[in-house]
Amino acid sequence: MIALHDVHKTFGTNAVLRGVTLDVPRATSCVIIGGSGTGKSVLLKCVLGLVTPDAGTITVDGIPVQDGDRDAFLARFGMLFQGGALFDSLPVWQNVAFRLLRGALKRPVPEAREIAIAKLRRVGLSPDVADKFPAELSGGMQKRVSLARAIAADPQIIFFDEPTTGLDPIMSGVINELIREIVSEMGATAMTITHDMTSVRAIADSVAMLHGGLIRWTGPVGDLDHSGDPFVDQFIHGRATGPIETLR
Amino acid sequence: MIRALAALLARLGRPVLAALAGTGRIALFAADTVSHLARPPFYAREFGHALVQIGWLSLPVVGLTALFTGGALALQIYAGGARFNAEAVVPSIVAIGMVRELGPVLGGLMVAARVASSIAAEIGTMKVTEQIDALVTLSTHPMKYLTLPRVLAATLAVPVLVAVGDAIGIMGGWLVGITRLDFNSATYLKNTVDFLEPWDVMSGLIKGAVFGFLVALMGCYHGMNSGRGAQGVGRATKSAVVAASVLILAANYLLTELFFSA
Repeated sequence: MIALHDVHKTFGTNAVLRGVTLDVPRATSCVIIGGSGTGKSVLLKCVLGLVTPDAGTITVDGIPVQDGDRDAFLARFGMLFQGGALFDSLPVWQNVAFRLLRGALKRPVPEAREIAIAKLRRVGLSPDVADKFPAELSGGMQKRVSLARAIAADPQIIFFDEPTTGLDPIMSGVINELIREIVSEMGATAMTITHDMTSVRAIADSVAMLHGGLIRWTGPVGDLDHSGDPFVDQFIHGRATGPIETLR
Repeated sequence: MIRALAALLARLGRPVLAALAGTGRIALFAADTVSHLARPPFYAREFGHALVQIGWLSLPVVGLTALFTGGALALQIYAGGARFNAEAVVPSIVAIGMVRELGPVLGGLMVAARVASSIAAEIGTMKVTEQIDALVTLSTHPMKYLTLPRVLAATLAVPVLVAVGDAIGIMGGWLVGITRLDFNSATYLKNTVDFLEPWDVMSGLIKGAVFGFLVALMGCYHGMNSGRGAQGVGRATKSAVVAASVLILAANYLLTELFFSA
């Protein structure tokens, strides 16, 4: 289980997280929603140790994220970045098999390539994509390659940061389906950030809304439409008026 | 009055403190980079790639710079030496000037322009597109994977570039000497060899290693600390080239003082 307790993070004078408390049970999919700039990505980066919180505790299966062997800790994670974050200098298969070509999970090159191609197939890409470079692919294909890289080493925990941003509705649907299948098949714990309400309903077991640096509401996805929280209502219905201030 | 004086001191002190903090950050970055030499894993493939990018692909620009500099040096020394009837010193002064000073300094500056900018732009772009974060999540230390191979490759490659540049520069002087200044080819080469000492060459190569280290370090440091967006990467690239060039010239003075002051 991923447990965040009273997590604070400030950048300069901007207090992004002001005491976030959230539990994500093992093998469930939690989607975090909230306006732009409310600290959703910072929250994921705090769990991964990419950003160090100013205060509070974050544990994974009871172990604080900053303790213990960092490589072993990170080996349990896969992450799909918002922009894909594929390495431009490496062909697609080496991007997917990056973790399998070095470090503790290193495999022989032919085996790593085989796994990479299998993962590419898993996300609906044909093997002839394997030797292309990321710049040669469309945005949707890059997102799928990034998804293949996130699942290449069969992680126990997967983070998805805006998995459907910039994609057309059909490609978004494909990615949502893939994420749901992967999480169900692999039994992984997933945390997803998205603004896309279709994705929320497709991916989530539970939903948490981050607003004002705090978790404003959390509950099962089925309760989202009856949350009784005006902030959640305004957000999920995309209303310009409501308690969430908008700049015009 | 006292308040105005305090404000003036604060205004003067702020940039000094910022400069000291920057120097400290660079020193820590350098120490961190070097410390990874002793801690596995070492990414040999990245090192090989950096060696080709920094060493092999810089050869044309360093060679051309040395060739023209050697030729111009021969013309200048000949013209200056004529005032004292000392035209015969052209071969030895060209050789000493090239291997001690111009070879390493101009080679270093050329590599700074070509390599520091490219490293800073590449790493800066990786940072703003979250590729550095992706490396971390893939259990790969960015200092080991990106910084150490480049710094090590530059430290080893630049002395080789300097050696090649020295030879081409001396050849440039020889070409001008025999075609424009009526020197006898054999005499020119004999004077070059006779007056050149091993330490002249060695000191230039040591300078080259230091300059290579500084160039790659500045490229990596400014890339890793790049701001957001295209403007941030552009600023990082500019800062890397400027910092590397200034550090090369400053280090050159210090090393010359260390090696040759009486």
